[in-house]
Amino acid sequence: MTAPPAATPPHLASHHPFPHRHLLGIGELHPHEIGWLLDAAEGWIAVNRAKRKHDDRLAGLTLINAFFENSTRTLLSFEIAGKRLGADVVNMGVGSSSVKKGETLLDTALTLNAMHPDMLVIRHASSGAVQLIAEKVDCPVLNAGDGRHEHPTQALLDALTIRRRKGGIDGLTVAICGDILHSRVARSNFQLLGSMGAKVRAVAPPTLLASDLDRLGVETFTDMDAGLDGADVVMMLRLQRERMSGGYVPSPREYFHYYGLTRARLAACKPDVLVMHPGPMNRGVEIDSAVADDITRSGVTEQVEMGVAVRMACLDVLTRSRRGVAGW
Amino acid sequence: MVIHFTNARLVDATRDAPGALLIVDRQIAWVGAGEVPSHARTVDCGGRMLAPALIDGGVFSADAPACLAGGIASIVLMPDGSPPLDEPALIEFARAHVKPHIWVHPLAAATRALAGAELAEVGLCKAAGAVGVATGRTAIADAGVMFRLLQYASAFDMVVVSHAENTALVGDAVATEGEFATRMGLPAAPAFAEAMAVARDLRLAEAAGARLHFRQVTTAESLGLIRTAKARGQRVTCGVTPAHFLLNEQAVSGYRTFARVSPPLRHEDDRKAVIAALADGTIDVIASGHDPRSQEQKRLPFADAEPGMVGAETLLALAATLVRDEQVSWCGLLAMLAANPARIFGLPGGRLVSGAPADLIMVDADAPWRIAADRLQATAGNTPFDGLPTQGRVLMTIKGGEVLWEL
Repeated sequence: MTAPPAATPPHLASHHPFPHRHLLGIGELHPHEIGWLLDAAEGWIAVNRAKRKHDDRLAGLTLINAFFENSTRTLLSFEIAGKRLGADVVNMGVGSSSVKKGETLLDTALTLNAMHPDMLVIRHASSGAVQLIAEKVDCPVLNAGDGRHEHPTQALLDALTIRRRKGGIDGLTVAICGDILHSRVARSNFQLLGSMGAKVRAVAPPTLLASDLDRLGVETFTDMDAGLDGADVVMMLRLQRERMSGGYVPSPREYFHYYGLTRARLAACKPDVLVMHPGPMNRGVEIDSAVADDITRSGVTEQVEMGVAVRMACLDVLTRSRRGVAGW
Repeated sequence: MVIHFTNARLVDATRDAPGALLIVDRQIAWVGAGEVPSHARTVDCGGRMLAPALIDGGVFSADAPACLAGGIASIVLMPDGSPPLDEPALIEFARAHVKPHIWVHPLAAATRALAGAELAEVGLCKAAGAVGVATGRTAIADAGVMFRLLQYASAFDMVVVSHAENTALVGDAVATEGEFATRMGLPAAPAFAEAMAVARDLRLAEAAGARLHFRQVTTAESLGLIRTAKARGQRVTCGVTPAHFLLNEQAVSGYRTFARVSPPLRHEDDRKAVIAALADGTIDVIASGHDPRSQEQKRLPFADAEPGMVGAETLLALAATLVRDEQVSWCGLLAMLAANPARIFGLPGGRLVSGAPADLIMVDADAPWRIAADRLQATAGNTPFDGLPTQGRVLMTIKGGEVLWEL
């Protein structure tokens, strides 16, 4: 298959559609580049739904998924995306890495680099760690989540899901609810959705909000019903167990009582509201099962599907230069 | 050694006038004009500045080559060594081990192993040469321990040097709370964590009748508290390093770990408040906070890197930006770089007066130069000012009557 036509605005037609060596964050992307990536991802959905899910454009290239922080679904999504494009995919999890033996992050990065990967996908628990590695290696680097900083492919797959369900992003009201303070998903989404014209809200108890969100163009709510009022999209965030037993909120049940997404709360939203969650869900803590399983309104499984398409698009784009694709 | 400095611009905390100066052996014999022995060596200053050698009021490493290149002949050494300076023998060792290059004036660790729990032998440490007591890189979290420390130290008339950050609010934070930290996704603490610590320690010191010095005060709110306490007559002093009046939090962009300092860099409003406090005398001391860090400690993700920067060689040039911006005079600057730390820690020197130690610097106040991390004398190059063009260079450092460094 061929990539779909670029949605580059006419005045930028002479420019490169994606002039980035790495994908480290949404913050470095222009809206037309985001749109172009989403268009490219759209083209991979059909491949993923076909019987023969294969395209060998990355054949012979080595993709290393270096995950210094535990992950199941994101790692799996990147592995599948790489394999469907024909790359030789190698996963390095935190359990098998030399980090446990005291090797510094940069030594690990240089070791990986010496094996001549064509693409590195990296997740790390510390903000800025992926950028640090990107400065030291010879191949494109894709940030699969760094600390509480950015998780760009998650924001892209969320945007693609919204765009397909709602026909666009501009003008929508999107409420992002839950542990905003520690969330890289929220930070990437604030920037992406805001730059694409959505009205973005953050809904959380004060202890889980980050400071100065208004400076990012985000409206904050500590009352969930007010935050959901008239929303087109509700994006729930996962609350880690260790943070819900007195550290940031008193208990899971109190959290669910005031900030859990229930059918009754959804009534404040638009009737055709789209409910999203980056997963894995804590049913009964941040989201009621009845809402999570409501196939007319829940976009959760579609998010997972879009995740593979978005990651295929990113891997394709970031390796075009070394594959010698004309114009890259 | 007898040296006759002629044709000099003599500058210290109270003087800025042309003249000559004679040193005999290890002391200043006279300042201005006087009798010159026939065997004196003459140094023609060519109109350049002759000033007391700098007294660095707070460093973490006795890095003699860097200090001499920066015009520093005396340092006040923080107790955060490995091991911490919590015993008289360690104080004696710290004083002696870089002799004869620079004078080292150690601060005794306030608590054993700087753990913040049990008082260290501060009295015996004073007898061994400690010039004060310090809580180290962090504050003492327990107000009861801090109160007893202040009470106990007051019996020995030792100044207590405190680190002003509320430990519970700071936690694992590496940045100042605000838009920038939110965008960077860095663990952040509110700036008022500093003011809370300052307010607590001011109150405790007042009750204990102790002398208190905050090594670094970096926010408008805490500077306001100190200004008020000074106006009431409380015996409190404070300092700052050039990072907090030349940089704001934006210097951390790109996760530059060389700009990771403790307390973290602040908002622009606070940086301006620091400059105002330097100009109005609320801040007494500009120290380098010299803290060489190896690649292994800095080439890490931002939150995992150690805080601290080298600053001994750049102290004078960076501080001199305040003179060029007309915030302070050269006299005011040399008060903060020499006379005030001498007064606070009870050290000789810091002034151009007869009988004072012959610790002097000759400075070309206008000489332009560019800070280059890889060309510093310091044991490491972790400065956020790498590449910065600056003005004001130390041409000669004399310590104890001996020329120990010349450009």
